Amino acid sequence: MRLTRLGAGLPLLLAALAGYFLFPDYLTLFTSLFILAAFALSYDLLQGHAGVVSLGHAVFFGTGAYTAALLAAHGVQEPVTGLVVALLVSGLLALLLTRLVVVGNDLTRLLITLGIGFLMLEAANQARWLTGGADGMSDFTMGPVLGLFRFDFAGETAFFYSLAVLVLVYAFLWRLTTSPFGLALRGIRENVRRMPAIGAPVSRHLATAYTISGGIAGVAGAVLAQTSNFASLDMLGFERSAEVMMMATLGGTGSIPGVVLGAAGFSYLKDALSAVSPKYWHLGIGLVLMASVFVLRGGIAGGFTALLRRLRGRA
Amino acid sequence: MTPAIETSDLTLRYGNFTAVGDVSLRVPTGSRHALIGPNGAGKTSLVHALTGNVATTAGTIRIGGEDVTTLSQAARVRRGLTRTFQINQLFRGLTVLENVSLAILERERKTRIFWRSAAADRAVAEEAREHLAFVHLAALADRPVHSLPYGSQRLVEIAIALATKPRVLVLDEPAAGVPAAQSESIFERIHALPRDLTLLFVEHDMGLVFRFAERITVLVGGRIMTEGTPAEIQADERVREVYLGRRRQHGAA
Repeated sequence: MRLTRLGAGLPLLLAALAGYFLFPDYLTLFTSLFILAAFALSYDLLQGHAGVVSLGHAVFFGTGAYTAALLAAHGVQEPVTGLVVALLVSGLLALLLTRLVVVGNDLTRLLITLGIGFLMLEAANQARWLTGGADGMSDFTMGPVLGLFRFDFAGETAFFYSLAVLVLVYAFLWRLTTSPFGLALRGIRENVRRMPAIGAPVSRHLATAYTISGGIAGVAGAVLAQTSNFASLDMLGFERSAEVMMMATLGGTGSIPGVVLGAAGFSYLKDALSAVSPKYWHLGIGLVLMASVFVLRGGIAGGFTALLRRLRGRA
Repeated sequence: MTPAIETSDLTLRYGNFTAVGDVSLRVPTGSRHALIGPNGAGKTSLVHALTGNVATTAGTIRIGGEDVTTLSQAARVRRGLTRTFQINQLFRGLTVLENVSLAILERERKTRIFWRSAAADRAVAEEAREHLAFVHLAALADRPVHSLPYGSQRLVEIAIALATKPRVLVLDEPAAGVPAAQSESIFERIHALPRDLTLLFVEHDMGLVFRFAERITVLVGGRIMTEGTPAEIQADERVREVYLGRRRQHGAA
């Protein structure tokens, strides 16, 4: 009973573990996948569950990355500590920005988040003394995780470290989205006009969701900085913000396992398509995205649900 | 006794246009009060102003004696003033049960909870099913709202409002858009609501108004033209003129 309630979570975890044994040479690739999946999940709490779009979510990812890098550069080298601080810093930044984002409609939100993204990027670029500017930050070393597991060249520690973070994020968001608070977020998504008419504090719900989402994005960014030993401007740039939206769309926004698959699918596609044509891979991504919206209707998760329904109908 | 609703000189202006002008309305606790008037009379605008959908331009609103003029819509709901909408405002992708449960969870301030399952809250589900049983929708509880026929969706609209446990319920054309036979049964359910619940409703069908209302306020051009019992309103020449006059215009067109 409990297991079935976890739904697709268990098969996904088993697939990740199988990857460890089947493709030991690709552990670094898996690590970056887990990080992107955690980032995409944090974003989809906003778009898929609360129905609030953002084109600047990488701001929190990048903030987490720089936080972790700065901590390590200044002597706090234990990774989990870095994660917790990144969570708090990015969450706090999100909370401070909520007032700007929560007001208005989707269009104003897109423009405002886009603007915040550009501002943060330029700020990080200008603050060379702190962030290293366009050169990024690599002048730091990470200590062993919890003082026990040192990051190795094969990437085994990084693999399990990032997988553990993804599992925690997955479980936390799964619980949150099925909770009364999660139901309130879906209420906002389904009809934001009715919510005040049932006495709901819409702004507070959105502020909470935004803070949590920003905090988790920061954790994902911190894991990337820690496992790659690098923090750079592209981690909070527009492209990363746009990509996370594409991952959610491809996977099926509003579905937690779908978004994880979307992150994996997007990374694979990007890789495969740029191998075919380094120049025109955006075209391929665009076609696949359109197909996932118009043909699958709801991305990978939507296609899967439709398939299940058809199979059940036949049986 | 303090009236359930009391407005004094309530005014709502959009630029130069006065949607609601100097409306002073008194609705005693437990009464069934209808708001009628030709199209564009400002009925829905008055509902918006009363429930806090829009900020009023001037005047005051008291609910149960308390001045709520400057309170937000959500704050008014928490003080017992709930409305329904002329055009369904439902959580279309959620199930019928979730629609009603959400209102209960908000009322009990349980939507802060993010560490427990919403579906596992038996007390909430039980209460939601009671509200649904009241509007005869218990059998459809687990269906997504968008899959329901329009008439049933109108009843979900009411069930959600009931789940906020209002003291004053404002119904904006509760039977709008449904066939006559169904609007009858919707009003039969409204009639069956507890007597201590104050009802203010907007309705176009005069037959329903005269049957279910105890008092009627006639709104024309954003202002109160007259108020009285159904018999008085029925006998009022001016009211007849407002409606028949319009009908004649329609006939000529």
